[in-house]
Order: sequence, then structure tokens, then C-alpha cells
Amino acid sequence: MSETTYEPDITIDSRGATCPGPLMDLIGKVKEAEPGTVIELLTSDSSSSHDVPEWVDETDHEFLGVEEEEDYWRLFVEVV
Amino acid sequence: MTHDIVVVGGGTGGTVLANRLAEKLAPELASGEARVRLLTDDPDHVYKPTFLYVPFGTKTVDDARRPLAELVDDRIDIETARVTGVDTDGHRLSTAEGRTVRYDQLVLGIGAQLVPEEVPGLAEDGHHFYGPDGARALRDELAGFEEGHLVLSVVGVPHMCPAAPVEFVLMVDEWLRERGRREDVELTYTYPIQRAHGIQSIADFASEEFEARDITLETFFNVEALDPEAGTVETMEGNELDYDLFVAIPPHAGNDLVAEAGLGEDGWVAVDRHTLEAEHAEDVFAIGDIADVPTSKAGSVAHFEANVVADRLTSRVRGEVPTAVYGGKTVCFLETGMDEATFVEFAYGDEPVVREPSKPLHWAKLGYNESYWLTARGLL
Repeated sequence: MSETTYEPDITIDSRGATCPGPLMDLIGKVKEAEPGTVIELLTSDSSSSHDVPEWVDETDHEFLGVEEEEDYWRLFVEVV
Repeated sequence: MTHDIVVVGGGTGGTVLANRLAEKLAPELASGEARVRLLTDDPDHVYKPTFLYVPFGTKTVDDARRPLAELVDDRIDIETARVTGVDTDGHRLSTAEGRTVRYDQLVLGIGAQLVPEEVPGLAEDGHHFYGPDGARALRDELAGFEEGHLVLSVVGVPHMCPAAPVEFVLMVDEWLRERGRREDVELTYTYPIQRAHGIQSIADFASEEFEARDITLETFFNVEALDPEAGTVETMEGNELDYDLFVAIPPHAGNDLVAEAGLGEDGWVAVDRHTLEAEHAEDVFAIGDIADVPTSKAGSVAHFEANVVADRLTSRVRGEVPTAVYGGKTVCFLETGMDEATFVEFAYGDEPVVREPSKPLHWAKLGYNESYWLTARGLL
């Protein structure tokens, strides 16, 4: 794995899972996390890269960004 | 030396597996080279899809239950025990009764747990049809529900029987129409992600049906808490909805013993999706809802996985290279009302096609619910 510009407190590895697995994994962790927690979601499911920001946009949480690796994506969300 | 196979769980996976092994390993079981034990904390087998029909009065909770001793081949030793620990290094199980059970090969088919208590207010004021008590209570509630707002909410994902929430809301719509109450009941269906179902084709089918039947669809709806006093539900997205009858697909959890045994962090057993062998231990398999594979938590999955594991275990006992693999085959019937149904069939990576609902498919589903008992016995 390469270095990232964000410093995640929690990493969820959902690679190999298809929609809605990665988003549901993220929602589950956001429910439990303290405000200020930065969560990194690893997903190989291309639809997650737009599903996740779309969901975060519905909430008060913040979508920090996405980084593309060779065969997966890293998505970063901060719990507010 | 006897090769000891221990199967934990008397649900669909464990029961089908035990019966398949009785057939496949018949010579070894007769000679004493192999022994198969089925450990379960319930002497009955429970066919959970029956509970969907209980709220509508077309089945009873007793229809779901039969003694395992009637379903499982006599060559299998059925033992009533609650497994509380797995020592994968020592190849040993511990039970609540204080016993230690040694194994050469272990198969976990211990299912998923319902954890409504994870959502404040849900256990107190929410209904469900995922167990006998819940289904019976919902039947009584629905019988007297003449008017108001009925909300069917998918609170937990993943959950058992992926079609069930869509089925329930389509069935209750027709059930209310048959009783002349539909005009006085508002129906809402909620789902956690941006569409009506995790499977795109089911989401598309459900959305069309909901629109045609005046069922409100709420998406990105992740339930945070119920307020039973106010009759409201709050979501993580900051929305609030009033309800008079809240029917939930409750949150599901794996099992603490899985996490404690190091077999899977979140309580689901991490397995190879094709061989169903545990990733973090030797000689351990998982089938059914407890196995973390990227397909639905459905009885058909447990059934097909059991066939694969029976083949692989038979090969191992005989010193052969196991070759059977599970390709993610899943079959789900989907009731679309009180007298029509459809079904979907898919494998890993497939997008299923939802066929036109029909009466014969509804009869096929009812027929399958009866012939399921032949499936459990390994005959179908």
C-alpha cells in the first residue's frame, strides 16, 4: 500500500465485497465511532466511489476524499 | 483411527451436511473409520422462511419446527450441546455443559443472531417476523391494525433472507386490500442505501411495484433510534418519521465465539469463498449465515454450501485432493402478494433477472416450503 495524504484512525478493508457491502461496512463503523474519527474504506467495488460520497452528503459527516490505487480505491470519511 | 467430523448447528446447513455425509461416507461410517457428530443446542430443526407467513395467518410457528431426530440419518450422532468455545490449535470445542469435544474436521453452521437491542427503542416498540415470538406478536398486532402508518424498515444489513422485506411489504399491501383496510393504512418501506435493495434488479423491480401500489420508498434511511412514546423513528441522516406500526428487519450479528477463536474479527467466519475453509485456522469450515461470503444469507446458500463441504470432507477422509467448489449459487423465491411470486437465481458476480410474477411460481414456493423437509433430509 502507498502512503496517503490522510491519517485514518480506522481502516475498513471491504475489498472483494460488492455493493452494498462496502457502504454498509462504513455505515456500521460510523455508527460506533467518536466524533473526529477519520475512517478509511478500502473497496474494489467501483460503485462505492460515488455511493459513499452520496451517502455522506446526506449526513453531517464529512467526505475527505478518494485515492485510486491499482485495483482498489481508498475513501476517507471524518465522523462529525 | 477414527476420523472425527463435528458439525455445529442444526439449521439448514448443518442438517443437509450431516445427511450428505451419511450417504457419501457410508462405507467409512460402517467400518468405524469415520464418525460424524452433529452438535446443536436445539433438538428441533427450525425452517425460518415459514415465519414470513405467520403474521398473515397462513402458517403457524409450529409449522416451522420438526425434531432433528426425524430429519437426520441414523448414522449421524446428534448431541444436544451449546458450543461456547473453539480451540483451533488443539482441535477442541468446549460446551456450556462443561464438555470438551475433540475434532479432526470442524464445520460451523451456527447461523446469525438477531440483535434488536443495538438500536434504542427497537426491542421495545419494533416488530419483526424473524423468529417465532416476533412473528406471533406481529400476527396479533396486524390483526387489529385498522388504520395508521405501517413502516417496514430494513434496519440491519446483511440480514437473513434478502427478499423478505420486499415480500412482506407487498404481501401486507394485498392482505390489507383484501380486508378493505388499505385506504386507511399508509405503507412505507425504508432501506439503508440509495435504492430499494442491495441487488440492483430487485431494487428496480421493487421500486416499480411500490409506485404502482402507493407504497412510499425512503432510501438512505439508517435507523438510529425509535422513540416509543412519540411513535417516531430517527435516522443517522437526520430524518424523522412517524409510525403507528414499525416492522423491522432487525440488525444481525455473527457470534462472539467466532471472534474469540480468531476465526473472524466481526463474529463472521472468514472463509475462502470457493472452498469454504476458514482463512485463519486449519481443518475448519463454515457454512450458512455465519460464513462471510459475498452472497445472500439464504437457506439455498447454506444448502449448496453444505453439498460442497460434504464433498470436500469426503475427499479429505479418503486422502484424496478435494475438488468441489462453491460458485455462489443462490436461489430466492420472492412473494409479490398473497397469490403471486417470482424468483431470482444468481452466482458470484451475477446480476439476477427478476421474472414476471405469476400464480404458478407462488404455488411453487408453497410447494417448496413443504418439500423443504426433503431438502433437510438430504433427499432433494
